[in-house]
Amino acid sequence: MSTVFIALQANEETRPIIDAIEIDNPQAVVNRQPAMVKIDAPGRLVVRRETIEEQLGRAYDLQELQINLITLSGNVDEDEDTLTLSWNE
Amino acid sequence: MDMKATKKKLGMKERYRVLTRDLGWEPGYQSKEAIFPYVRYEGIKVHDWDKWEDPFRLTMDAYWKYQAEKERKFYAIIDAHAQNNGHLNLTDARYLSALKIFLQAISPGEYAAHKGFARIGREFPGVGTQVACQMQAIDEIRHAQTQIHAMSNYNRYYDGFHAFADARDRIWYTSVARSFFDDAMSAGPFEFMIAIGFSFEYVLTNLLFVPFMSGAAYNGDMATVTFGFSAQSDEARHMTLGLECIKFMLEQDPDNLPIVQGWIDKWFWRGFRVLGLVSTMMDYMLPKRVMSWREAWEIYGVENGGALFRDLARYGIRPPKGWDDAEKAIDHMSHQFMLGLYQWSFGTAFHSWIPSDDDMAWLSAKYPDTFDRHYRPRWAHIKQLKAAGTPFKNYGLARLCQCCQLPCVFTEPGDPTLTCHRETVYKGEKYQFCSDGCKDIFEHEPEKYIQAWLPMPALFSELGGDVAAWMDWVSLRDGADNGDYDGSRDQRHFDEWRGLATSNL
Amino acid sequence: MAVTSLKEYIGVARDRVDNYGGKQIVYLSWDHHLLFAAPLMLCLPPATPFGEVLRGPLAALLQADPDAAALDWSKVEWLKDNRPFAPDFSRSLADNGIGHKDQLRFRTPGLNSLQAAA
Repeated sequence: MSTVFIALQANEETRPIIDAIEIDNPQAVVNRQPAMVKIDAPGRLVVRRETIEEQLGRAYDLQELQINLITLSGNVDEDEDTLTLSWNE
Repeated sequence: MDMKATKKKLGMKERYRVLTRDLGWEPGYQSKEAIFPYVRYEGIKVHDWDKWEDPFRLTMDAYWKYQAEKERKFYAIIDAHAQNNGHLNLTDARYLSALKIFLQAISPGEYAAHKGFARIGREFPGVGTQVACQMQAIDEIRHAQTQIHAMSNYNRYYDGFHAFADARDRIWYTSVARSFFDDAMSAGPFEFMIAIGFSFEYVLTNLLFVPFMSGAAYNGDMATVTFGFSAQSDEARHMTLGLECIKFMLEQDPDNLPIVQGWIDKWFWRGFRVLGLVSTMMDYMLPKRVMSWREAWEIYGVENGGALFRDLARYGIRPPKGWDDAEKAIDHMSHQFMLGLYQWSFGTAFHSWIPSDDDMAWLSAKYPDTFDRHYRPRWAHIKQLKAAGTPFKNYGLARLCQCCQLPCVFTEPGDPTLTCHRETVYKGEKYQFCSDGCKDIFEHEPEKYIQAWLPMPALFSELGGDVAAWMDWVSLRDGADNGDYDGSRDQRHFDEWRGLATSNL
Repeated sequence: MAVTSLKEYIGVARDRVDNYGGKQIVYLSWDHHLLFAAPLMLCLPPATPFGEVLRGPLAALLQADPDAAALDWSKVEWLKDNRPFAPDFSRSLADNGIGHKDQLRFRTPGLNSLQAAA
């Protein structure tokens, strides 16, 4: 199965976001590289607003991800509650 | 910035509809054909522009909000960098060569991309596409500006930064990136989209930005990390736009498939050639290296590119024609380039050097099948020449490829001991190429590529072969900007100033 | 179609021989001698005798290669247009049929110091 990934800057804002992604995607692998974190997952990865809000302790707009996003791979679908990356095979 | 999430009256999908598609209108007194004259001649058939949608559903109001936040973060760090002797915190000033290449060749490419997206934002009829192109056009000019601004701090202290605009227009290695963007900008809007949005952004920029920025962080270059990440935060959106556009074309009409496939073949190869310089930055120019070019290719080329083309197979798309030749070149290209840059360093506005014993041990471990066998003997001989007081300078100017404009440093895909020679005759003129990929591109549209301004032949046709006059013309200061790093002013200054910064004597 | 365009489009070749003030470009490349990172470019009058090219500008450029001293031009195998070629050293480039932007390759079997053992 093809890998999808999302890479975020390593900083204070993204720490709880990365935790949330790990919680929602138990199959994901978190790679910590200089100044960035790249999260790989087989076939599909879901980022959920609610989980981020729980980790962050405040309301969160998923589009805020734009600020700390480095790169991603896979077909994107985003609404208020989730950002999904997936490959069709 | 206060990032309170406010209660929205409209859902995201609804808001996107209102703030993009609802901004469009049906023309009353002009035909659509007259308003959008460039969307048909490339042969792409579109039946319903409303089917195109930005999957991030980013609207202009949100765009400004987030971009302003990115700029604030960027300038906070740039100020800190300038105030804290950031130019002395590098691992080694050799690293600056990578930055100089970036400033002379890549940042102007960002500006070219800005012009291109501003143009196609006007040429495409779909409102969703127009809005996304407008955002990208603004992103790209922001990238050019922030990069130039961030690197201007190094210009106060080091050579090779002062005349990047002349280098961009005139020096030989920058013509590679320039011709790439000129080729895209002189194509129609759909081809431009595949060239920049898909091949460059989606398939290749990961290889440029991600390891490069991570490398900057590893080498203590806070300024570049900052502009890199600030720019890169836009790239995810650009990649997504590129991928959406390609899917849109393929879904609109089956007749689009062969045209799109042809562009993928062409632009993958053109992008791969431009990125050759990046392989050298990664393997040779970062004093402290994050990963080898080969390792980066495995992650972002083989794995990620492979996933993409398996996904697009449902439309009938196959991997780019040059894919196998690219794979065969991976373990050779950084060495072939660096050997070239070193022997032509009298004509580069950055320094190169002979890799140290430690560097060669690393290269040998990362390239077990190729480095010791093919490249170490050449470096060893070059080292001997230098020790004997006759450093190797190759004053035989290089044959350039008529398509990618790189010196033809590449070998036959199946034989790393033999230069790849390809040529063709068009209307009685002979043309030389570096590869089958570049020759194929030329033969598909010869009327375009016969006009190429090739810097090496131009040295003879325009300046009569006078190298000193050429240096003046490209604003290259002989003895300062060029040559071996070993013994350079950059090396002397860095060592001296770092000494001052860490001692009281 | 020689270019995708809205209407008929004719390009102007930029590197025609007329632009070189009576000279021409010749590319030379020593097979399997990759110390020289790319084929070498020379700009010469077409009346230059072929042998003079070898003894003059080419010999100067090849000095850096450890095989340069052992190079015996009488034993070299030549290729032009990637096909075998037999130049007459006493005659000019033009008389040898070497045109503007032609690529000449030469081979010296057995003389490959810096090349990996096969």
